[in-house]
This record gives sequence, structure tokens and C-alpha cells, in this order.
Amino acid sequence: MFDFRPFFDNFDQILEGFWATVRLSALAAVLSMIFGTVLVSCRVSPIPVLRAFGTGYVNVLRNTPLTLVLLMCSLGLNDELALKFSGSNSTYYWWAVLGLSGYTAAFVCEALRSGINTVPLGQAEAARSIGLGFTQSLRIVILPQAFRAVIAPLGSVLIAMIKNSTVASAAGYAESASVMKDILDQPSFTSGAIPLFIGIAAGFMILTLPTGFFFGWLHKRMAVVR
Amino acid sequence: MTGSEGAPDPTAGDGPDDLVPERSAAGSGPLVVVEHVDKHFGELHVLKDINLTVNRGEVVVVIGPSGGGKSTLCRSINRLEPIDGGSILVDGKELPQEGKELARLRADVGMVFQSFNLFAHKTILENVTLGPIKVRKRSKQEAEKHAMELLDRVGIANQAQKYPAQLSGGQQQRAAIARSLAMKPKVMLFDEPTSALDPEMVNEVLDVMTGLARDGMTMIVVTHEMGFARRAAQKVVFMADGQIVEENTPDEFFTNARTERAKDFLSKILTH
Ligand SMILES: Nc1ncnc2c1ncn2[C@@H]1O[C@H](COP(=O)(O)OP(=O)(O)O)[C@@H](O)[C@H]1O
Ligand SMILES: [Mg+2]
Repeated sequence: MFDFRPFFDNFDQILEGFWATVRLSALAAVLSMIFGTVLVSCRVSPIPVLRAFGTGYVNVLRNTPLTLVLLMCSLGLNDELALKFSGSNSTYYWWAVLGLSGYTAAFVCEALRSGINTVPLGQAEAARSIGLGFTQSLRIVILPQAFRAVIAPLGSVLIAMIKNSTVASAAGYAESASVMKDILDQPSFTSGAIPLFIGIAAGFMILTLPTGFFFGWLHKRMAVVR
Repeated sequence: MTGSEGAPDPTAGDGPDDLVPERSAAGSGPLVVVEHVDKHFGELHVLKDINLTVNRGEVVVVIGPSGGGKSTLCRSINRLEPIDGGSILVDGKELPQEGKELARLRADVGMVFQSFNLFAHKTILENVTLGPIKVRKRSKQEAEKHAMELLDRVGIANQAQKYPAQLSGGQQQRAAIARSLAMKPKVMLFDEPTSALDPEMVNEVLDVMTGLARDGMTMIVVTHEMGFARRAAQKVVFMADGQIVEENTPDEFFTNARTERAKDFLSKILTH
């Protein structure tokens, strides 16, 4: 039952799968932070159209299953509407990156919004009183403090995102979970499913645990003292 | 004129020469003119037909019971609050409703808050240089040089590299004054600048403000510090229930107020 052979026999393939996971989640981490920041700027903007867009986007994406979002990207936009990224090999990769980033951005936005709520109103008033405009106040005074207040929660969002990246396999992108499924589907595979699960889970922890520790450390280090 | 200094003259003075802005071409009329200003918060009528004129170099103390609309008046003057009716002219110009133009003109009106509101994630020096660099487009070097002069003037040059939370309340408020001054405002608003301070720190802040008044800065100060009012102000405005109930000289006001409402208020704050 605890036969680790299938795990080690297919180790190269598994490593390749994790490399694909890393490539997907690293880019999605950066993009979702950027999208999320843009979204939260919309949500607190004085311009009603932008506020409505931000609120609408977050509510739709946050309440749609990720599988649907990614299938919409791959089957809907890529296949059906033929909106392909150039270089047909990587078109599913790019759709997975976009889908996962777009989805995660909604959660980043909400984390940042709760961060903005921790910044005292007086900070924004002082910023306005020295002549900073709305965007400048947000960029220079409010968001830097909001970010520091929610570094740890943002870490949780990223950990969830790394694990969520396995859903991309449903959308045609071969990452660690789809490698695992391929191995399980091999005709020669008879036993060792549990060790394989354990191995893959350990692989994810190698990615997520340091992420959590790093963000926890950063949170303490960057905290704004009031 | 009641003070021993005589009329403050912005063009004389031995303070730093760049502290008080040159008289603008816009002229020699009053610097702040508040006319028929009305303001509601929902049902609540917080400013009722307010009229107030502040001349160049004049220091006006606003005093009155809590909830009377003093803060709202200050905040309306630099448009942190929009007004419902009337007009507010600063140096002959009405501040625009919103947008970039407002942001730029707003910096002409310095504001010092009760709770200091220093930017918590920036050093004292960065707090003071932020506006000059981002709004006035000064070079970093130039802004820092001027900031250090201002911090020196308010007596905390040695705290420049610290963060706000590392300073005492009195030091923070002095830093906040320096931050406002760095924009070279035409007029400074102070909303109860010493109310949040421990008693032993009140004077260090009042001293800085008295110095500013002496150098000819135009100031509107909400405060209950009678000593400061007598020393530095030319005019006391008593506000209650959203109205200006009495305008008087400090000496007259504190010894011989004209209105019952003011007498009643003074008897309450004087008993302790
Ligand atoms: N943002 C606000 N929303 C609703 N009511 C307010 C707001 N700010 C002040 N008020 C009310 O307006 C009145 C005047 O307040 P304020 O100007 O702060 O008075 P003061 O500074 O003289 O104590 C008070 O009754 C206060 O409760
Ligand atoms: Mg007040």
C-alpha cells in the first residue's frame, strides 16, 4: 500500500509539473496584486462609474467557481471565440495566468480594502490639505499603509491561489495536478495512489509554507506604528 | 490693537524670510472672506449664514462650545467639507469645487489638526518634504533644505529621521506645523491644535504659534487657550449653534463680553 515507487519512477514528470505550477502561480501572484490594487483604487474612487465597475467585478468573480472562470477562458474565449495568444503552445498557459490572476485579484482587492479601513481618516485629510490629489493621496499615503496592514492576509490569499492553480489542469494547462492524474491513469499503475498524493501534497507545502512564513515575517517587519 | 507688538507687519520681521509668502499680486484686500456660508449635515444646520473677514497678517481665534461648528468652519475654508451656500474667497479667489485645480489651491491654506495626522509610514523629514516635492514640484534637495530650516524653527531638527510614533505629542504637532509651513501657505488654520496634548506639552506648541503670529502669518485658530488669544490674536470670534454670536477684541471678549451666550460660556471655562 505504501509503495512510493510510482512517485519516484515518475519524479521527472512530477518535477516538470511543479515547475509548471511555479510558472503559473508566480506570474499570477504579481498580476493579481497589480489587478487587485487597480480594483481597490476603483472601489474607493470618487468617480461613480469606476466604483460600480470595481464593485461589480469583485462580486462577480468572487462568487463564481474558479473552474468556471478558467473553463470560460480556455473553452469559451480561447477555443470558441478563438481569442488566442500568439504561439499556440502557450495559449492555454496565458489564459490560465489571466483567469487565475483575474479571479485572485478580487480577493486581493477585498484584503486591500480592509487594509484601507485601518488607515485613519485623518491621514487622507492631511494628504488632501497639503494639496495632494485623490490619486496621489491613494498612491503615496493610503495604499502603502493599507498594504502594510494586510501583508499577512495577502499571504493567505496567495497560498490559496497557489493551491487553486491546480484547477488550471481542467482548462488544458498541464501542471502538477494534471501530471498526477496522468500517472494515475497509466495502464501500468496498480498501487501507490496514497504515496503519490502525499508526495504531491508535500510538493505544494514546499511552495506554500515558505510563502506563509515569509509574509508573516514581512507583516511584522513592515507594520506601521501609530 | 491690543498686543504689545503693534500691528504685525509681514514685510518686516526677522523670521526666516521665506516663511511668510510675499503679498500676491491679487492684492491688498482681506485674505479670507467668508460670506453668507450655509452648511447642513443632513437635517442638521451646522453653519448658519456665517460671515467672517480675515485681513492679511491677522490672527483670529475662534472659540465656543463643542458642536458649535468651529471645526466645520475650518474644514469648509479649505474645502475638506463642501458648503451648501454662500462663498469663501481666499486671496480674492474662490476655491473650485473639486479636481486638480482645487488640490493645488488648497495647499495655499495650511491646516493643523487636533490629532496631528502625520503620515505614519514616513519619517518626519519625509512628512515635511512630501508636499513641496509632489505638489510644488521642488527638487528633493531643495525641499529637504527648506524642511530642515522649518524643523529647526519649530525645535525638532534632531528628530528629522524618526517616525511620528517615536515623537511626543508636542513634537508631533510641531512637525505637523512644519509640514503645513513647507507649502508656504497664505493662511494657516489650526483646529484645536493643543487639545489632544498632555498639559506639559501645550506651551511648546503655543510658543511656535505665537512666533508665527509675530512673523506675520495670517492665522485662524480654534482654541480655548486664553493666554494665546490675548497674546497673539487681534480678534476673537465666538461661535455657538452654527452662528457667529460675537466678534470682539481678545481683551474685551474675556473681560467684558457683550453677549449673554458668551458670558455664560466663559463662566463655564473659567471656573476650572
Ligand atoms: N461628518 C459629519 N457628519 C454629520 N454630522 C457632523 C459631521 N461633522 C460634524 N457634524 C456635526 O456638526 C456639528 C458641528 O460640529 P463641529 O464643526 O465639529 O463642531 P465643533 O468643532 O465646534 O465642536 C455637530 O453637531 C456635529 O455632530
Ligand atoms: Mg471641533
